[in-house]
Amino acid sequence: MTAADIQKAILDILSDIAPDEDLSDLKADVPFRDQLELDSMDFLDIVMELRKRYRIQIPEEDYPELASMNSTVEYLEPLMKNVAG
Amino acid sequence: MYDTIIIGAGMSGLAAGIRLAHFDQRVCILERHNTVGGLNSFYRQRGRNFDVGLHAVTNFAPKGARRGPLARLLRQLRLAWDELALSPQVGSAIAFPGVRLRFSNEFALFEAEVRRHFPHQIDNLRRMVAELADYDQLGLGDTNRSAREVVGGYLDDPLLVEMIFCPLLFYGGAREHDMDFGQFSIMFRAIFLEGLARPLAGVRLILGRLARKFKALGGELRLRAGVSRISVKDGAVEKVVLEDGAELHARKVLSSAGWRETMGLCDDVRPGGERTAGRVSFIETISVLDAEPRSLGHAQTIVFYNDSDSFCYEKPDELADLRSGVICSPNNFVYDQPLGEGVMRITSLANYDRWAGLDDNAYRLAKLRWYDKVVASAVRFVPDFRSSVIDTDMFTPTTIRRYTGHENGAVYGAAQKSYDGRTHLKNLYVCGTDQGFVGIVGTLISGISIANRHLLKV
Repeated sequence: MTAADIQKAILDILSDIAPDEDLSDLKADVPFRDQLELDSMDFLDIVMELRKRYRIQIPEEDYPELASMNSTVEYLEPLMKNVAG
Repeated sequence: MYDTIIIGAGMSGLAAGIRLAHFDQRVCILERHNTVGGLNSFYRQRGRNFDVGLHAVTNFAPKGARRGPLARLLRQLRLAWDELALSPQVGSAIAFPGVRLRFSNEFALFEAEVRRHFPHQIDNLRRMVAELADYDQLGLGDTNRSAREVVGGYLDDPLLVEMIFCPLLFYGGAREHDMDFGQFSIMFRAIFLEGLARPLAGVRLILGRLARKFKALGGELRLRAGVSRISVKDGAVEKVVLEDGAELHARKVLSSAGWRETMGLCDDVRPGGERTAGRVSFIETISVLDAEPRSLGHAQTIVFYNDSDSFCYEKPDELADLRSGVICSPNNFVYDQPLGEGVMRITSLANYDRWAGLDDNAYRLAKLRWYDKVVASAVRFVPDFRSSVIDTDMFTPTTIRRYTGHENGAVYGAAQKSYDGRTHLKNLYVCGTDQGFVGIVGTLISGISIANRHLLKV
């Protein structure tokens, strides 16, 4: 997966978690927590959706890497480079 | 072999089931009755739909809100706001002799009412609310402080204290007179800061949505599948035995049957146990009217009433307590279309033992007699609707016992809660009423949070 694929995958997960949310103006460099008010339960869900959809395991100490779109994509790129897009 | 067996298809069991099935677990929900719902259910009689349990959904938040328990549970269950079809309340009141405090989903109304009737308390109330706002909604620690003690430290007018406790206890008090401060915070927020709502179609709509969602995710829902025994081996559940003799195996078991009720199923636990059953139960009269309550001059959603300055939330000596109650008019929500027939539901504290001790004839007679008494008591606080009644029904503590399985018909379960959801067995957990959260939103959050914490380990 390319960075663009990963970004789309994350947007898919976010729109699944928060179906009422308009994600079209999501800012890539602002924490999800501040834009969408996601809480710890939601972050756990992002992790679990990644595991469910792409078989990616993310250790708990790495959860802070998922703070914003930019940091998430940067963190996932090496992990998902061999995942089919 | 299932990943998880869930005992009870009430709100909490269904919510937990959705979480687990969504993340690809093999899940089976076992329900003793022929329909879902448990404490919150519905039935059809003489061509009419009757709801039991839910008067209103608490913790209302408008569409688009991102904070609070309702937003959180929608995200966790992958539901859109519109799917619950919630219509906000018109407005409610707490009625004591000579004082009526109105409240709505706008907290400013309640503040204005307190300022008008208790001018010296408004600053105290605001200080208390500021502290509650900081209180972690899932704050499971610090639950052993008496709410009456803490609230008494802010508000020094005993009448206002009683008036605030009245709705909170009626809508979630598992023990008599008082509650944990943690529970108080959650209830105060749920009712006063967030507010009340209801789907036009009632509780059946929410239950239907949850059950369909669970099944669409591949979950298995077995109705008429009462559990007779949880077989224990080496400190863990070995198998779940159904009343028809079938034996089911699962890696983990989540029970929403109640703490003592669950312990009673475990074959390694002696009956009774260290915790006592709850004592708080209710009767409810349901009156169907040939007119909307509004046309009779009653436009409020819920009226919590009490006929003296002190509110006694306790098991009464008589069959029911006529001093206080809750009057709910399901018509008085802001729907897009009228509900249809007028309905008035009145809930009062009741004594389980007295009702359970009646033989069939005496029970039927008592229902008629106490319907009249409860309604006569309630119409001191709302317009007298009795000449408009065209159909009635009533449930009692024994009805609650039958449909929830809760000992003593204790609606809100045992006084002692199991906030972390663990039991003496390493693969058995509890959720629902006895885990600690109450109300529709609370019990959904209970199922979700216990599933997340113990059953969905990454």
